[in-house]
Amino acid sequence: MELLVALMVGVLVAASVHLMLARNVLRFIFGLVLISNAANLTIFVSGRLTPESPPLIPEGATTPVADAANALPQALVLTAIVIGFGLFAFALTLVYRTYQNLGTLNSDEMRLAEPLESKPSAAKQVAEKQYIARDTTS
Amino acid sequence: MSWILATPIIIPFATAVLAFLFRHGPEGRWISVLGSAGLLIASIILMVEVLDQGVIAAQMGQWAAPFGITLVADLLSAVMVVITGITGLAVAIYALADVEERKEQLGYHALYQVLLAGVCGAFLTGDLFNLYVWFEVMLISSFGLLILGGQRQQLDGGIKYVTLNLISTILFLSGVGLLYGMTGTLNMADLHGAVQDVDNPGLLVVIAVMFMIAFGVKAAVFPLFFWLPASYHTPAISVSAIFAGLLTKVGVYSLIRMFTLVFTTDVAYTHTILLWVAGFTMVTGVLGAAAMNDFRRILSFHIVSQIGYMILGLALFTPLALVGAVFYLVHHIIVKANLFLVAGVARRIAGSTELSQIGGLYKTAPLLALLFLIPAFSLAGFPPLSGFWAKFVLIKAALEDGGYVIAAVALIVGLLTIYSMTKIWGNAFWKPHPAGLQPRLSSLPPKDRAALLTPIAALAILTCIIGLFPEPFVQFATRSADQLLNPEVYVQTVLSAAPEVSQ
Repeated sequence: MELLVALMVGVLVAASVHLMLARNVLRFIFGLVLISNAANLTIFVSGRLTPESPPLIPEGATTPVADAANALPQALVLTAIVIGFGLFAFALTLVYRTYQNLGTLNSDEMRLAEPLESKPSAAKQVAEKQYIARDTTS
Repeated sequence: MSWILATPIIIPFATAVLAFLFRHGPEGRWISVLGSAGLLIASIILMVEVLDQGVIAAQMGQWAAPFGITLVADLLSAVMVVITGITGLAVAIYALADVEERKEQLGYHALYQVLLAGVCGAFLTGDLFNLYVWFEVMLISSFGLLILGGQRQQLDGGIKYVTLNLISTILFLSGVGLLYGMTGTLNMADLHGAVQDVDNPGLLVVIAVMFMIAFGVKAAVFPLFFWLPASYHTPAISVSAIFAGLLTKVGVYSLIRMFTLVFTTDVAYTHTILLWVAGFTMVTGVLGAAAMNDFRRILSFHIVSQIGYMILGLALFTPLALVGAVFYLVHHIIVKANLFLVAGVARRIAGSTELSQIGGLYKTAPLLALLFLIPAFSLAGFPPLSGFWAKFVLIKAALEDGGYVIAAVALIVGLLTIYSMTKIWGNAFWKPHPAGLQPRLSSLPPKDRAALLTPIAALAILTCIIGLFPEPFVQFATRSADQLLNPEVYVQTVLSAAPEVSQ
């Protein structure tokens, strides 16, 4: 059982890495969704899988039976799912807004915040000329 | 006792709710300032208590450790919370004049307070999964702050910031899962003992490296820092300043915490990686800064380079080196936030942060020039400012440890820091303004001038005080480093702080 889940985690991670290597930001986000599920499964399986033994306390006892399922990883996974859901809702909206505003989903074309500085911008050239002119006149 | 630990988290959350309710009026921004002042007071109370008792811990919801969520403050946590309070208040005051009304109505102040709550939570928690939750609180509010306003540039930077940070989050989460699978506990103090008994130490190192990468992305170390210079220069100045001051330091704090408390089983391997990382981070960061031509982008790359120094302190893993790392953390947060605030004023009066389009500030705004020089020289490590002592301790530690190469790297990076600071100085302050403008502080409305310059001046004075009277601060850092290297007290305090559970 653990082996099966572990293999599934492996497949999920492989698929998500493939998706995340794409230039398309939307594919990248889908990759993130997959890999976060892989992380959730990792937590789930690391609590050991014990099928058919629910973590219930028998009547009259104060502790659960000896090899009951571990309830903590499930609580953790639940928290992680909720948080992940919020984050992806945000990320998807962000990607949509970016597409609306920049007109592209190709991450190579997103250079607005970090423009390539191969040649000085027009404003910079003007500024330099003025600077030099000032220098020679004074 | 537990309220002392909880108030630095509760106050910003409560303030966030109030600020959101009053976001349409001028009350919102004053609530934010008041809340930040409250946070500062709460953090000072916490600090006094920690100075008195060493380590304090409290169990939330009365569940005994290691089962419940523990809040714990040692000297490092306490000082980080105090610094959060100081920068939080400074930036909240600055935001009075900096953040436009439209962004306020979208909930700027609420997001800002949630960010502060997340940062304080991350510093105070003693539980690994809870740390993950605080990271997420911090992350989601920083996403909001980063793209608030929705300019094209911001969206562009936001995409890179969001995607790379989400990857780090997922690595962190997987690391938490695997570590739990191996040890059966998530309480950091309990983990300290549990990792000693792990029968597969090799796998533990793998997990340690996973955490290193996850926190490395947050801390913006080489080669994982690319999201930082891509995004930090795009949002409002107040947002840049608080990000620059606090966010990456949460990553550094988590690295220090995990690699002194939990992952110390194979120091020779993990901390050697950290040493290489530290060296490359310093060099690439400062070279990136030297290549930039924008006030804020130069400063962004400097964050990366300075992170290297803190990681260096952790990597050397000697008492003196950790003293340096703690001192550097405190000094850096104040100085870096301050430099971004100065950049904001320069933009207000000279019209841009692009160095080729501004100038003449020295002649017409000498006060701003002075206020820039203090943090800039401090960052570069000029005596008698705080940066000098931080660098001095670290380099001394490196030399004592026989790390001559890394000490040389640290010194050269210091020189290059001065180079890029002189670039800002020459272009923004000495060169005449290219458009013939005469930028004056008096062109600002008096209220705005007060709100913008008071925090800058206060932070600059703080830098000078640390620089002129370093003795108590170094002593404090020494005590803190001692706690980090001998975590027995920390562990005992957490595990014995169990509340009396009625049977």
